[in-house]
Amino acid sequence: MSLDTVAVAAEHPDDEQPFAELGLKDDEYARIREILGRRPTTAELAMYSVMWSEHCSYKSSRVHLRRFGDLPKSDALLVGMGENAGVVDVGDGWAVTFKVESHNHPSYVEPYQGAATGVGGIVRDILTMGARPVAVMDSLRFGAADAPDTARVLPGVVAGVGGYGNCLGLPNIGGELLFDDCYIGNPLVNALCVGVMKHADVRLAKAEGAGNKVVLFGARTGGDGIGGVSVLASETFDEHGPAKRPAVQVGDPFTEKLLIEACLEIFAADLVTGIQDLGGAGISCATSELAAAGSGGMAIDLDAVPLRDSTLTPAEILMSESQERMCAIVEPGKVEQFLAVCAKWDVLATVIGEVTDGDRLTIDWHGERIVDVPPRTVALEGPVYERPMSRPADLDALQADTPPSSSADLRADWLAVVASPDGADKTWVTEQYDRYVRGNTVLAQPEDAGVLRIDEQSNRGIALALDGNARYARLDPYTGTQLNLAEAYRNVAVSGARPLAVTNCLNFGSPEEPEVMWQFAEAVRGLADGCRALGLPVTGGNVSLYNQTGGTAINPTPVIGVLGVHADVTRRVPSGWRAAGETVLLLGETRPEFGGSAWAGVVHGHLGGLPPALDLAAEQALAGLMVGLAADGRVSSAHDLADGGLAQALTESALRYGVGARLRLEGDPTAALFAESGARAVVTTSDAPAVRAAAEAAGVPVTELGTTGGEALLLDGLLELPLAELRETWTATLPALFGSPEIAVGTVPAGTVPTS
Amino acid sequence: MRIGVITFPGSLDDVDAARAVRLAGAEPVSLWHGEHDLKGVDAVVLPGGFSYGDYLRAGAIAARSPLVQDVVAAARTGLPVLGICNGFQVLCEAGLLPGALTRNSHLHFRNRDQGLLVERADTAWTSSYAQGQTIVVPVKNGEGRYVAADADLDRLEGEGRVVVRYVGGNPNGSSRDIAGVTSADGRVVGLMPHPEHAVEELTGPSTDGLGFFTSVLAAVVAA
Repeated sequence: MSLDTVAVAAEHPDDEQPFAELGLKDDEYARIREILGRRPTTAELAMYSVMWSEHCSYKSSRVHLRRFGDLPKSDALLVGMGENAGVVDVGDGWAVTFKVESHNHPSYVEPYQGAATGVGGIVRDILTMGARPVAVMDSLRFGAADAPDTARVLPGVVAGVGGYGNCLGLPNIGGELLFDDCYIGNPLVNALCVGVMKHADVRLAKAEGAGNKVVLFGARTGGDGIGGVSVLASETFDEHGPAKRPAVQVGDPFTEKLLIEACLEIFAADLVTGIQDLGGAGISCATSELAAAGSGGMAIDLDAVPLRDSTLTPAEILMSESQERMCAIVEPGKVEQFLAVCAKWDVLATVIGEVTDGDRLTIDWHGERIVDVPPRTVALEGPVYERPMSRPADLDALQADTPPSSSADLRADWLAVVASPDGADKTWVTEQYDRYVRGNTVLAQPEDAGVLRIDEQSNRGIALALDGNARYARLDPYTGTQLNLAEAYRNVAVSGARPLAVTNCLNFGSPEEPEVMWQFAEAVRGLADGCRALGLPVTGGNVSLYNQTGGTAINPTPVIGVLGVHADVTRRVPSGWRAAGETVLLLGETRPEFGGSAWAGVVHGHLGGLPPALDLAAEQALAGLMVGLAADGRVSSAHDLADGGLAQALTESALRYGVGARLRLEGDPTAALFAESGARAVVTTSDAPAVRAAAEAAGVPVTELGTTGGEALLLDGLLELPLAELRETWTATLPALFGSPEIAVGTVPAGTVPTS
Repeated sequence: MRIGVITFPGSLDDVDAARAVRLAGAEPVSLWHGEHDLKGVDAVVLPGGFSYGDYLRAGAIAARSPLVQDVVAAARTGLPVLGICNGFQVLCEAGLLPGALTRNSHLHFRNRDQGLLVERADTAWTSSYAQGQTIVVPVKNGEGRYVAADADLDRLEGEGRVVVRYVGGNPNGSSRDIAGVTSADGRVVGLMPHPEHAVEELTGPSTDGLGFFTSVLAAVVAA
């Protein structure tokens, strides 16, 4: 096949091009021709097709995401949306960058590599901001726990998240694992990374200064992941479609670890003027985004790109999504030093071009020009759609289908909820993750929030939580999304941290379906309104669409991440009970709310009605109270109430260190145990009057439940659950489903041995 | 007192080991795998991680790095050397310690808080403990299953070279629950669990691990 150059394209304007196969619509192709004043070359067509894909261009979601930009300016926000990740000020000159990203489709096709490279990608985003990545989290969704395909996908995803993160030396400090039939064929793998730096160290992705060199460094470019962006992320899976395995990338965490250390040394020596990681759309994306964000001109010699496979065509090189690659803009005088640092870490680095005057991105191959485009049109000026929306036709009926509200057997229901795959102990998963590396993990799973120390002198720290209840969002995406925000906010606050900023990963079905688009728009509106009410900025996020098989979309799954700050992380509040004789208090108000609840789902197979009422003022009052109680050392434990209500929270707090309690419930016991009203937490204290006084001052209702101690959860007049039985029930589920070779050699799960 | 911590490409717990050295009251000194330079340190720690990505075999490539050649030579003349997790793998591959570490019996990476029985409280790295003491430190590995030929295991047991043994469950299928072993002279110790992750109440399951690092201070002063 002869090379398709800019000159050839001009000479043969009418050659037919496979734009539809590359995912471009007729009008999109016409627009490319209009921009260029000719037909695109094969290489240009490849670039536009990947960069204008849903995954890269956010063409369906962008009109809605503007709502986040309209939020009031936050003093904490140092870098906002649009960069690789947002950056917030956490005090004392420290800055934190954090972001969640999806790798859903690749993880379905190839669970281990899909999940592993999902972690790798988000870590590079954080690194690109100039930060040292310090921890990861993962939010996972699978089909029914006992479905055959879940047995295929889940173990690989968990091993991939663990394998990559462990090998990078990043502690995994928390996340979620939930199951629902709607995720069969569309598992969700959302990975979060958080990084820390000083304010002055923030880096941006832009190419400035004519004559500066463009350096590609990291792994060689191979054939993996070609077209992954357009083929995988932007198309709905077809049951009868061909296997798409070659489009999934393969990860090498060892190379990424070297890349991290080399980059941090490069940043410290101030050797770059701009930097970008290579993720979706590879070199196409990195060069066009760097050029578009800078002065616009860049010339690339594609022959210089180190290859793993010498047979790759130029279009394939441009589209390849080979992992563990970065692109930097380096002043000519610093190139030698840059290459020396890379050599020290055995990282391959190659000058592949330079920043030029003007506003064209040109790419040459074998001495011929194969790309000559205005980079903004590739990276920033992709199509934007205002897709039609309509409220799901079944929503009225769904909301009218109110759930049962009375338990026939509280004890049996309790055990069923905590034994359900969603409620069960997640140790089978989390012990495959390193929680200790780097020595700054203060709290990790199964705590409500992951907590890290970021400064060993001052003990300043951060807390992070991820929450994404899709059952609520299915019943009401606007409120459900805010409830997820409220839960993550609450989880951070019960650890004692002051909530500071929000990120998100919005997982939905096909935007081409008006009902899905409506769900999406409602979720974005909800998150924006919720953030406005709580005074929190949205620092960035990720949108994953087309999560559906055939005509069936997943439940809308907005996963919301909240970052909080601990002024003194030694004051953090854990969720487990350690001592007998402490008073157990319930903070907040319980209402008989069962819509979308775990109890309704597990016991009655029911999803209907309305989700719990949202009360963000109550959430703020509770959060303020919890931050104060932690700072004053008034509580010895605190646990947020969410899925599974009080029953779930009591189970987790009691089993953590094997301390029971004698409790007395008032009012309707079904509501007391299983309702999922928001703005609630259970705390234990040896100074109940002080907690009561603080709660009263904060306007938070307090109910005394009883006293810790003993080897059972004893609810006066209702039931008694010996901890041994409860533990057996709670811990058996995942090993029974996914294998338990360790029963014969079982030891104590990490984090369960008291420190004092 | 200066204690070196080696960084290989892919070392992960080097910052943790350096912190533990500092908390024990010594000065941590960074050592680079590619240089023939021990910088005159009084003892050396090979930290956990995935040196060279565990390619070939865990620890195999690192064992042939320039600095490890120097460590092997210095150990023969009594330099205290501690290998933790991947560092233990490196020491076995370098021939300083007997046996080998293989894939966990259950084939998973596993991170737990692990009980260990201290069987030797007279090595350069364990004199701060009492013989028979039980400690809790994290264990985390995918290839931590200690194996050796039966005859070798018998000989090691007979010579009292098992330093720490898993109690309350064996996390990886190690032969005879062996978690760590020592050289004949008690100066070189390797173990799979991570004492450097149990040095602060805030971040560890205990502070039981600090004893490894305080022990070596006494050993160096005594030498």
